[in-house]
Amino acid sequence: MNAATLRATSAPTAAAQRAPAPRAGGGRLELAGLERAFGAYRALDGLDLTVERGEFIALLGPSGCGKSTALNCIAGLLPLTGGAILLDGKPIHELAPEERGFGMVFQSYALFPHMTIRKNVGFGLAMQGVPKAEAEARIDAALDLVRLKSQGDKLPGQLSGGQQQRVAIARAIVIRPPLVLMDEPLSNLDAKLRLEMRAEIRAIHEAIGSTTIYVTHDQDEALSLADRIVVMANGVIRQVGTPEELYERPNHVDVADFMGFRTRILGRVTADGSMVELPGGRLALPAARGLRAGTPVTVSVRPEDFVASKGEARGGDGLTGTVRSIEYRGRAWFGSAALPDGTLVYFRADSTLPQGAPVILAPDPARTLIFEETGR
Amino acid sequence: MSDMVLQGAAQRPARPALKTRLAAKGFDGTTLLVLPGLIAVLALFIYPFLYGVVDSLTPQAGAWYENYRRFFSDPFLYNTISATLWLALPVTLLNLLLAVPIAFRVRLMRRQRLLTTLLVLPITLGTVLVAEGLLNFLGPQGWFNRTLILIGLLDTPLRLTNNYWGVFASLLITGFPFAFLLTLSYVTGIDPAIEQAAATLGASAWRRFTRIFLPLLVPGLSVTFCLAFVQAFAVFPSAVLLGAPAGATRVISIAAYSAAFEEYNHSLGSAIAIIMGAVQLLVVLAVLGLRGFFYRGSASGTKG
Repeated sequence: MNAATLRATSAPTAAAQRAPAPRAGGGRLELAGLERAFGAYRALDGLDLTVERGEFIALLGPSGCGKSTALNCIAGLLPLTGGAILLDGKPIHELAPEERGFGMVFQSYALFPHMTIRKNVGFGLAMQGVPKAEAEARIDAALDLVRLKSQGDKLPGQLSGGQQQRVAIARAIVIRPPLVLMDEPLSNLDAKLRLEMRAEIRAIHEAIGSTTIYVTHDQDEALSLADRIVVMANGVIRQVGTPEELYERPNHVDVADFMGFRTRILGRVTADGSMVELPGGRLALPAARGLRAGTPVTVSVRPEDFVASKGEARGGDGLTGTVRSIEYRGRAWFGSAALPDGTLVYFRADSTLPQGAPVILAPDPARTLIFEETGR
Repeated sequence: MSDMVLQGAAQRPARPALKTRLAAKGFDGTTLLVLPGLIAVLALFIYPFLYGVVDSLTPQAGAWYENYRRFFSDPFLYNTISATLWLALPVTLLNLLLAVPIAFRVRLMRRQRLLTTLLVLPITLGTVLVAEGLLNFLGPQGWFNRTLILIGLLDTPLRLTNNYWGVFASLLITGFPFAFLLTLSYVTGIDPAIEQAAATLGASAWRRFTRIFLPLLVPGLSVTFCLAFVQAFAVFPSAVLLGAPAGATRVISIAAYSAAFEEYNHSLGSAIAIIMGAVQLLVVLAVLGLRGFFYRGSASGTKG
């Protein structure tokens, strides 16, 4: 209902205000060979991506992978050293940030501490020269959307972290940007609040339908929020896909690592090509079929798909390891074990296991991934 | 045995020990470290100040207020207040006006330290050395005038020493580093994301400065102004060396000096020093008062 108010009060006047700008649904963004170098270091090394109207894209990757650099380049806060950015087919990468009209939400909220909440939210409208009456109505609608209407006359310092971040979101969307950029907006919040805000961000996105790019290093956030996830590593895109595609079929060891495949074991395909020879045993893995004998491979498994039981492995039913640590996490025990060569594997067990005990580690073959690369 | 333990618990005093109670109020062993500083303040500031007040109220002749009456009835004395203000206020303002844009530029630089060192160098030189240098540089036969005459901009040398402008230049050079360093720390203390947010919301560089930076900097800039002003108001060596100590740059500290050490009237000297302090205090209070007004205004959203 809040969203309906926002649209109803604002859509006609806004269309008149900024005729060429795309309306609800946001813009279509194309990144073509985006490059950004800091001296010899290439933070972005040829990024190609097309974001459709109204799409929610998550840029996911470990710190230093270039995802924040990409976002800052799109926002115009960092000049490109190569490539192009197109919004609805028009190149915008030469424009200053203030000429792009994107809404950005910062990790540190970046609210203006000397302005009230209403002034903060209205800042972008004042810069655009939106008439006062319309601006007031839009500020009301935006504050309504983030459920902060009663807090309008407070200063940012008087609000909690979650409320401040909601103000930052309202401030970014009230200008009806063709593109909303979010830079790890939830990473300063506590776990419970993060879950609530996640749902709220998704709801707001559905209400206003703006094209959104969301940078995060949190796999859960990306999976639950995004229409498509872009996994980045070392300044390049590793994989683009829906959350389901990425979760079930990561196509690269780095992506798998990020999608919860904590264990990675280096091995070789056996002579007959049906098994993988690993430290501590061999595994029959259907996914290994088709690989040449002797191919070096990386096997990736999620802890929940790696079941440990007491004893030692015999002929293809699992790997033998030694328990290093184990802890109860509700319903099941999770722990780590060392293979004979020292590789650590992360497993699940139905009962507790003594530290130092030998265990059989049997991964679910259907949920075990094999990559021809041997890691980085 | 468990009975004994229970008894022991019951016998424990209801109130915690004095030491614990004092510590809860912030007094503990560490508090004693304040003592040397306190003694120094008492001996070097409070005592001389009170001594000066009493001294100024016990004139060599006449009623207790005689020194003050004399100061405010003799234009040669009371005009030193306006002469000093006429130097210190414009110099302080100009220093701040220069420090703000330079600090904004320096905040973005990678090699901040080198530039900061260069800009701060005048502090280490001391006022006398700067005054000597300026005498040579700005004097009738100095490089400045010679160059201007050589390139034909001037026919006769500009008089830039032994008058107002010589002292002005000296105060500018020695006062700038203070203003700059303080301003730089205030400017860099503002989260860069705040400016970036303003930029993405459509604010041009000028509007980012006037709407975001300036309101946030006002408290810091007013403190900087006060400190730089107090420093400039106490001008003495450069007013003597570079100025006209009997004329335009007869500043209040010269009046105090000549009263105390040329007339040997230390009581009048004390009175002038007290008046000097009072003028500084008035200016500082006025600036801080303005700051409160300005900041409250912008914080409640009435600005813009």
